Amino acid sequence: MSKIVEGLYYTNTHEWVKVQDGFAYIGITDYAQESLGEIVFVELPEEESSLEAGEELGAIESVKAASDILSPVTGIIVEVNDELEDSPELLNEDPYENWIVKIDLESKSELHKLLNSTEYKEICE
Amino acid sequence: MYYDKLIFEISNSGRKGYSLPDFGISNYEIPKDLLRKEEAILPEVSELEAVRHYTNVSFKNFGIEKGFYPLGSCTMKYNPKINEDISSMPGFNLHPYQPISTIQGSLEIYYETQRILSELSGLHTFSLNPYAGAHGELVGLMIMQKYHQDREDFKRTKVIVPDSAHGTNPASAVVAGFESIEVKSNPDGTVNVESLKELLSDEVAGIMLTNPNTAGIFEKEICEIAELVHDAGGLLYYDGANLNPILGVVRPGDMGFDIMHINLHKTFSTPHGGGGPGSGPVGVVEHLVKYLPTPVVKKVNNEYIIEDENDTAIGQISHFYGNYGVVIKAYTYLLSIGKENFANVGKHSVLNANYIKESLKDLYLLPIKGVCKHEFVFDGLIDKSNHVTTLDVAKRLLDYDVHPPTIYFPLTVKEALMIEPTETESKVAIDSFIEVMRKVAIEAKEDPDLVKGAPYNTVVKRLDEAQAARKPIVKYRDLLT
Repeated sequence: MSKIVEGLYYTNTHEWVKVQDGFAYIGITDYAQESLGEIVFVELPEEESSLEAGEELGAIESVKAASDILSPVTGIIVEVNDELEDSPELLNEDPYENWIVKIDLESKSELHKLLNSTEYKEICE
Repeated sequence: MYYDKLIFEISNSGRKGYSLPDFGISNYEIPKDLLRKEEAILPEVSELEAVRHYTNVSFKNFGIEKGFYPLGSCTMKYNPKINEDISSMPGFNLHPYQPISTIQGSLEIYYETQRILSELSGLHTFSLNPYAGAHGELVGLMIMQKYHQDREDFKRTKVIVPDSAHGTNPASAVVAGFESIEVKSNPDGTVNVESLKELLSDEVAGIMLTNPNTAGIFEKEICEIAELVHDAGGLLYYDGANLNPILGVVRPGDMGFDIMHINLHKTFSTPHGGGGPGSGPVGVVEHLVKYLPTPVVKKVNNEYIIEDENDTAIGQISHFYGNYGVVIKAYTYLLSIGKENFANVGKHSVLNANYIKESLKDLYLLPIKGVCKHEFVFDGLIDKSNHVTTLDVAKRLLDYDVHPPTIYFPLTVKEALMIEPTETESKVAIDSFIEVMRKVAIEAKEDPDLVKGAPYNTVVKRLDEAQAARKPIVKYRDLLT
């Protein structure tokens, strides 16, 4: 059973959102990293670019496949986790600790459209 | 026999495999900036050493001539030797600028290949210029774009691609300047017509499909799909990757497709993969013929001519006429099989696939039941209690001298194991593959660690694929450090 952290927002495409100090941190779930297998490359977006919810923010390549990362929220990217460039395996090791981008949210109201941990758990079953 | 040397490692200073006459020119000058500053590093070996080295290296290769090669979606059929014999005849050793009058025979082959492909596919005219399948896709999409632009319909920026499509489809759409949008599949892998209806609009330039699709299932609603797309003003593109099973039975042109490419290196038995090069002819319906890339080979009053440019074409997309040598091989195959036998190619490939599917479905999970076409997809082993994955099964097959099927594709099936035997295998070969697959399934149950640790009989054992992708060593010198 893959790990699901309480208190985060989730998407049905297996991204998570953590809101901290007014910013949204985005990563992929344990279920996502497990299905992808060993991750070998993470394509990161440019800092300061803006994103719509549902838009592709980057891509993950694993030994099995390449998959898009879709942004769960709308906003401006204030920081990307460039550690992932050299160490993509961090997403396998601890997917909830290693966020991919930090976003300045356009509106917090969008978060309510996302899934909570219980709803996300049902999707993974 | 184990052999893992590089030719540099058998090199001995001063050893030569050649003997050249004395250099007779003394009065010459080469500008200083063009002279080498240091000696080139070249291996120094005798002729026998060189021959032995490459013969040993060749033993490590796996090809259809060594063993069963059921790589799904790749149509790894046998390439008859007569193709090579014919294409290496001295008369085909041509120069592209030779006078047209001296190459009438070669142009006839070119023209006849175009014509036969038209007859087999139901598309009006073909261009043999594209170099391979993905190149054909790009050319086809450029034709689609030009068609809409010529009608001054500039809104059409989207191309619909099924979620089970080959990765090249959305990639080609993007390279051609379109936005690729995904249409959902039904549980049996076919296009969901309702979701297609929702996606269609006056912004859609067209749809790209394979039929049968990636799961080996024939799109029975193709005529309805064609009508819907045409009514919305779009065009239909047929990806010829899965043309083999329908050869001589049903034609893309009759299903309503407007543009298609054919992989000569899949369906028409020319060398494939590392042994290429490929060739990806593009065919179109009559009203799109004017967009086909130049140069165009035509027949006028029993004479073959080359039209180098015209105002309506998308332009030139290859050097001269594409991979002509491949065309000769495909033409040889077309004539060897003959019109009366082509329907057997598709039917036998379908029979072989279904025979394997039915013989293994008690041990491997079959997500899409029913009759398949040339290929089908298992979702790993039925018994997953020992956590033996599709990757483990694939690795274990190497120990039995079988090339693994395509794995983890299509993405719509989690533990995908995609098998395409082609029509060129005998029942004996297919039965022995089935036996091996059954053996591996039993091993997975009784001795899972054996399968998880495979392969054992290969030159290198289980590779760390993640590490190889993260920190690849691609140069001989890097290996030394």
